[in-house]
Amino acid sequence: MALLARELRIAIRHPADTLAAVMFFVLVAALFPFGVGPSPELLARLAPGVLLAAALLAALLPLDRLFGAEAEDGSLDQLLLCGLHPAGIAAVKALGHWITTGIPLVLACPIAAALLNLPVEAWGVAMLALGLASAILSVLGAAGAALTLGARRGGVLLPLLVLPLAIPAVIFGAAAIEAAANGLAVRPFLMLEAAMLALAMPLAPLAAGSALRGD
Amino acid sequence: MEVSLFEARELACWRAERLVFAGLSFSVSPGEALLLTGANGAGKSSLLRLLAGLLAAAEGSLSWDGADCFADLAAHGAKLRYLGHQDALKPSLTAVENLRFHASLQGGDVAAALDAFGLAPLADLPVRLFSSGQKRRLALARLSLRPARLWLLDEPTVGLDAASVERLGPVFATHRAAGGIVIAATHLPLPLPGARELRL
Repeated sequence: MALLARELRIAIRHPADTLAAVMFFVLVAALFPFGVGPSPELLARLAPGVLLAAALLAALLPLDRLFGAEAEDGSLDQLLLCGLHPAGIAAVKALGHWITTGIPLVLACPIAAALLNLPVEAWGVAMLALGLASAILSVLGAAGAALTLGARRGGVLLPLLVLPLAIPAVIFGAAAIEAAANGLAVRPFLMLEAAMLALAMPLAPLAAGSALRGD
Repeated sequence: MEVSLFEARELACWRAERLVFAGLSFSVSPGEALLLTGANGAGKSSLLRLLAGLLAAAEGSLSWDGADCFADLAAHGAKLRYLGHQDALKPSLTAVENLRFHASLQGGDVAAALDAFGLAPLADLPVRLFSSGQKRRLALARLSLRPARLWLLDEPTVGLDAASVERLGPVFATHRAAGGIVIAATHLPLPLPGARELRL
């Protein structure tokens, strides 16, 4: 789709946005060993939750520009007039956000996992859980970004709206990573996370679409 | 019976608790041009956004060929071209890439559109290097991508040099000769012979 191609091309021309999110993620993970002190076991115990929380916060960084930039330069008006369904626009923007932010975070996950002393056998599951959680954040975030579009402190309002909704993703994602680290079954947790994504994927763009139209 | 193509009846618009205009009625037939004039804040831009379906009317109706425009906003949007205050261009993309994106959504010939506004030599330059007049020309070039029956233009000539304004003349003329309508808000004279004026 043309809109997605344009999203990706702009992201390639401006790699700083993607890089900022990834650097933020790695840096937050790097701060924990300093804060917790010389205790590898404690660090490994904290790792799943820290990974998820850091990744979600990092993915939030570019979200407030998701529709903000389009609205400022008038592109949003053109998109709404070109015959695309507003929910379709929101879905494509969410997908674009996941590709330009979520996937790089997943790729950076092993670095952060190593910094947090997460057992190597859990890295694969950690990447999976992070991928699902960031996808959930992308679709919920698109709805949040559309709702806060035009609000004066949208950048502050957005995390307040989106993060509480993403709490279940953190719970099940972290549980999956912890299960993998302890050699337990990870399937149920990942399935629950995927179910959340399946629920959010059709609903959030619809909400975002009507928010875009309603302005 | 005369076919009055595009008709607004008793339109009213509220913006932030303030009545911008009310009881506004007009009709435009194919090939006609309508100039919206009035002081700053008179509601020219609001009216254009309302006609494009981007803004909900507080009251009144808008019909085109007897069909209600507000009933199917997506279909209405596909029949018109709207040029707002902002140029809706992505600074990091080149002129061709910007136009090609719109062409892929609505169809049209990118090279011809660039040519019509004398932008062919700048085609592969990122838009962030353009002057504001060049950006405006590129935004206008979107109009000639593919024919649409209604053009809603908000101050189309802001920042344009005299030669570019002249270049608009034949573009408008071809559009109107093909039965297209131009509704433009402007403070500057536009090359639209025989245009009616609606003072807000």
